[in-house]
Amino acid sequence: MTNSKKNRIKDKLFEYFGIACTFFGLVMLAIFIGNILIDGLTRIDLDFLQNLPSRKPEKSGILTAWTGSLWILCFTTLIAFPLGVAAGIYLEEYGKKSSLSSLLEVNISNLAGVPSIIYGLLGLEIFVRVFSLGNSILAGAFTLALLILPIIIVATREAIRAVPPSIRAASYGLGASKWQTVWHQVLPASMGGIFTGVILAISRAVGETAPLIVVGALAYVPFTPSSPMDEFTVMPIQIFNWVSRPLHGFTINAAAAIIILLLITFIMNGIAVYLRNKWQKKISW
Amino acid sequence: MFVVLKMLNKKTKMKNIVKILIGITTMALVACGGSGEKSNEKSSLTGNVKVDGSSTVYPITEAVAEEFRTVEPGVNVTVGVSGTGGGFKKFMRGEIDINDASRPIKSKEADACAEIGIDFVELSVAYDGLAVLVNPENDWVDYFTVEELEKIWNPDAQGKVMYWNQVREGWPNEELRLFGPGTASGTYDYFAEAICGKKVGTRGDYTASEDDHVLVQGIATDKSALGFFGLAYYEENKDKLRLVGVDNGNGVVIPTMETVSNGTYAPLSRPIFIYVSSEAAKKEEVNTFVNFYLESAPSLVSEVGYTPLQEKEYTEQRRKYNEFISK
Repeated sequence: MTNSKKNRIKDKLFEYFGIACTFFGLVMLAIFIGNILIDGLTRIDLDFLQNLPSRKPEKSGILTAWTGSLWILCFTTLIAFPLGVAAGIYLEEYGKKSSLSSLLEVNISNLAGVPSIIYGLLGLEIFVRVFSLGNSILAGAFTLALLILPIIIVATREAIRAVPPSIRAASYGLGASKWQTVWHQVLPASMGGIFTGVILAISRAVGETAPLIVVGALAYVPFTPSSPMDEFTVMPIQIFNWVSRPLHGFTINAAAAIIILLLITFIMNGIAVYLRNKWQKKISW
Repeated sequence: MFVVLKMLNKKTKMKNIVKILIGITTMALVACGGSGEKSNEKSSLTGNVKVDGSSTVYPITEAVAEEFRTVEPGVNVTVGVSGTGGGFKKFMRGEIDINDASRPIKSKEADACAEIGIDFVELSVAYDGLAVLVNPENDWVDYFTVEELEKIWNPDAQGKVMYWNQVREGWPNEELRLFGPGTASGTYDYFAEAICGKKVGTRGDYTASEDDHVLVQGIATDKSALGFFGLAYYEENKDKLRLVGVDNGNGVVIPTMETVSNGTYAPLSRPIFIYVSSEAAKKEEVNTFVNFYLESAPSLVSEVGYTPLQEKEYTEQRRKYNEFISK
């Protein structure tokens, strides 16, 4: 066998290996979703979305859980988006290369890897107790915002770095200030990438349970939140609670709630992807 | 993600997304309207009752809170599940009104309460029994003595007591496979302390799972399995498992409503509690809730799978509480 033949076989082998790797995750996901759909799909109706949690699985609903999740999601985004993007812009456009900035950089990457329960403990001490926000939606949203900030910052920086330097040079050449360049050229051009980062970050936030339990999200809340200072529960906590109950009906409820949670994630993603595509179309150099 | 991406690339599909969004918004509006209507019954009380604590007690408190809404719709009862210890941490800061506890308060926790001037009352609300289970096809086990359970589960048995005939002579030379809740659960702590003694734990070479369904499946499909978990879970899976009685020196006792609540199923049954703080007891809505809790417990407790106290014990708990608030 010649060398080139051997190499071709290796090449083919790697190709198949790659395909197998790609499908491994997808097949697992398909099995999981299929399983959940079989268990839970028939359980979903309007009552399930409108009812309060109950000791009887068939009367139980997720009203407080999904409304709580939506509140948390909105406020987390409102807090994390401006902070994360502004930090990213500063680090990329304004920050000077120094030992301080490299220290900042290492720490931001490290923050992205901190276990989420640690953020929960931080949130409990700072937002719940020091800022005395109590076990409110706002405290939970601030905690989750901290959790996803590093992801947004990193994504923002990547997106900004992808804007060609010639655009900036041209802008300066026309006499624009730094801020004008950032606001009118760099940001619009990088918005697509920034949105992608935000999508990923929010998708992570919506599935978080541990930090919210630490911050004081509850398991049984008989009312829908009406202000950011209200107490709350979220979908993952409701699901976790149901999965650990002995009655079989609760397992079905959990599957149904998982479908709704996936739907919420997909819809949020859909909105964000739509916004991103819209931004990208606007750019024409 | 990819599916969503592709969908969005086609403009025609855009309309579907918009439709879904409109649907969601409508649902939100309907939902808000629904919850508003419920609260216009005649009622005098308003306010909040904050409960937190053990996940073991949670199902009972949830049931009581649910029923309480039909009596006092103006009062918002919220229930968390921080665990008994986590709940006490909040309790001694005065952050919650009532703590669900699957064990009595520790002296350290009681001291911390005293330090900031919180007095409290301990009320038993139900019994929690542990069930010892084998596979239905297991035809040799008639009962266990506490010593035999200790022989099987104590930490020194790890890697040594591996066959049924090592436990009692006459039992077959079959491999002994053990199942139980993970070490993080309150149920495990309780079993370990009741069987092997304080602070020694159990052997580690058993199949541990926090998911009781895994334990049920494990024992139900393995002829030489032995496991333990909450009696409530057994009640849900009666047909797949065989319950084994325990002899604590006073004869063999099988856990039932009766033997758990009169304390003869020892040492594997325990009372579970709620703790009410003196600060909270000053609030009318908390008082009403606690009284309602003790009144409705007999029926609700068994409905969610625990064993109620006897009638006279509930009367005693009510008396204890009323004495506490009149102090």
